Amino acid sequence: MDLFDFEEGREGYYGQYGGTFLPEILTTTIEEIKHCFRECKNDPGFWAEYEQLLQEYSGRPTPVTHLPNLSRKLGGAQIYVKREDLNHTGSHKINNVIGQGLLTRRLGKTRVIAETGAGQHGFATATMAAKFGFECKIYMGEVDVKRQRPNVFWMENLGAEVVAVQDGQKTLKDAINECLRDWVTNMANTHYVLGTACGPHPFPEMVSYFQSIIGREAKRQIHELAGRAPDRVYACVGGGSNSIGIFQGFMDEDNIDLVGCEAGGMGPGLGRHASRLAYHDASVGVAQGYKTYFLQNDDGNMLETQSIAAGLDYIGINPILAHLWEHKKVRFEAATNDEVREALKLVMATEGLIPALESTHAFVTAIAEAPSMSKDEIILVNMSGRGDKDIFTVADALEDDHWKAFIKNKAGEYGR
Amino acid sequence: MDVEAYIRARKKVRAPLLMTHVVCGYPSFEDNMKELEIMAQYGVDFVELQFPFSEPSADGPLFVKANQESIDHGTRVAQCFEFMARVTERFDFKVLMMGYYNTAFKMGHEAFIKRLKAAGACGYILPDLPIEEAKELHALSEEAGLFPVILMTPTNTDERLEKLGAVAKGMVYAVARKGVTGSKTEMSNEVATFLERCRKHTDLPLGVGFGVSNREDLDFIAANADIAIIGTAALKAWESDREKALDAFFTGLGLTKS
Repeated sequence: MDLFDFEEGREGYYGQYGGTFLPEILTTTIEEIKHCFRECKNDPGFWAEYEQLLQEYSGRPTPVTHLPNLSRKLGGAQIYVKREDLNHTGSHKINNVIGQGLLTRRLGKTRVIAETGAGQHGFATATMAAKFGFECKIYMGEVDVKRQRPNVFWMENLGAEVVAVQDGQKTLKDAINECLRDWVTNMANTHYVLGTACGPHPFPEMVSYFQSIIGREAKRQIHELAGRAPDRVYACVGGGSNSIGIFQGFMDEDNIDLVGCEAGGMGPGLGRHASRLAYHDASVGVAQGYKTYFLQNDDGNMLETQSIAAGLDYIGINPILAHLWEHKKVRFEAATNDEVREALKLVMATEGLIPALESTHAFVTAIAEAPSMSKDEIILVNMSGRGDKDIFTVADALEDDHWKAFIKNKAGEYGR
Repeated sequence: MDVEAYIRARKKVRAPLLMTHVVCGYPSFEDNMKELEIMAQYGVDFVELQFPFSEPSADGPLFVKANQESIDHGTRVAQCFEFMARVTERFDFKVLMMGYYNTAFKMGHEAFIKRLKAAGACGYILPDLPIEEAKELHALSEEAGLFPVILMTPTNTDERLEKLGAVAKGMVYAVARKGVTGSKTEMSNEVATFLERCRKHTDLPLGVGFGVSNREDLDFIAANADIAIIGTAALKAWESDREKALDAFFTGLGLTKS
């Protein structure tokens, strides 16, 4: 199935989702990006350079790891993990950013801007900008700046300017709005490095294309390790870039159950979570440049969202995933904040892995479903990022006394 | 009277014509009404009533705050339509809905047009709805006798301006510069050249907006276009000292009260 073989007059649409809904001032800029991306996609040398760069700079291919202890403990399917956490900057975000960095260079632009939620995309963009020599500005909701200070620290020290966005609910969606405002002013020298497979066409296609490297590798690796394709593939879904990345490796086989795991927050109910498809609180709308399912009210104004994971706390969803869900090609489940805390403890204790809170959502669903599967069945979980960045949030959640004492002591030192 | 005839008639009285803007429910509907009373006294020709949206990504800081606070106070779309009906009943100026496409999409195109018509609007401005996506809405508007305001911008190619000109009705909104609403625009030769480019692609009256704030801007627009569109500057005045400052703002534009 080629998702990107658009019907005549429906470029950028996946079923009824996607499209380009932007102010007229950006029409020329978007046309330019579409044209440039098309050139890159048709140029075999481009992908070769991309792969080479990720190999040298980010250690790709990232491995697939078997989790024998966790599999045994759950007593069901064999669990394997695709280790996107082992990328430079600690998550899959670098894949997209390196791709868009090459594109920015080809466009002849010298400045990049990006939104970030958990900070992983901002961190990756700041790294790329330093490497490619671009000026870099990162927009991050004030709430996220507060909960993800370690990433802010790195972005700033990598030479990026980080702007704490004060509008709206001060999270990811507001950072996207601020990027659009910057872009309508500075498009002459600026490329907007959108971090997820959302927003106006061609971003969903472009981000999916760069993230497809996850699925391409994983397909080969799981065959080498387990001798066959997995029965189920799990990935967390905020905007939906790591998930579409890994799913693309397994979409052509009909019997593979692809499972998107959303932020269940405090459980179902308007304003209590960030689940667009697993719960039934979202409806189709048009915002931030594209058409998809949004968490919105009857007037079309967006609802508050809630999640322990800053990177999943988003109102809309990858339009490609909305389309695949409608056609029952991808199943959606949600994991609550409490389930995420428990799963994280379990994965750390049994396997010594520290998934990011975002990625832990995928583990929650895999852990819940593995016991009812047979021992010769295979599960593949995309561990999209590492959890080190979440140390403050996790320490809070675990009420770790030693950590608290350390912070008090540190604060005392700074206070002197 | 259709809008083009209205504009022709008004142009005999003054140049340029004036279009102003309020964000529904910010600071409150009562305040909106007071702002509109002053605008009416100064003979404003068009008013945009902005329906607040939670993601106003084409707006600058002051309007972002206005949209957000209005929604936080509980402003609903139904109230904006009710307010619009009261405004069109009471004042002589023509009223346009301004907002983001999701407001129309969520209620459905037919309902949107029907409600605008019932509330007495003459048209609407949806800056995030490109013409390629607007065919159905434009057809419904035509049937109802409403016009969608098409935006032309300085980054558009001539080829694109031609396409925009081909679907425009009523008037064209020329965006004077890149960026969001609210910061100052230097009304220069560059803007004049852009307006000439717009003029090549449409015979409709041209409104100029984004950064219009003083008498010099008005004179420039009178010489190069038809309608001056004032948004942020008027809200800024209202925020500083309500009736008194808004009154002074219009006087400062060289306008006289009727």
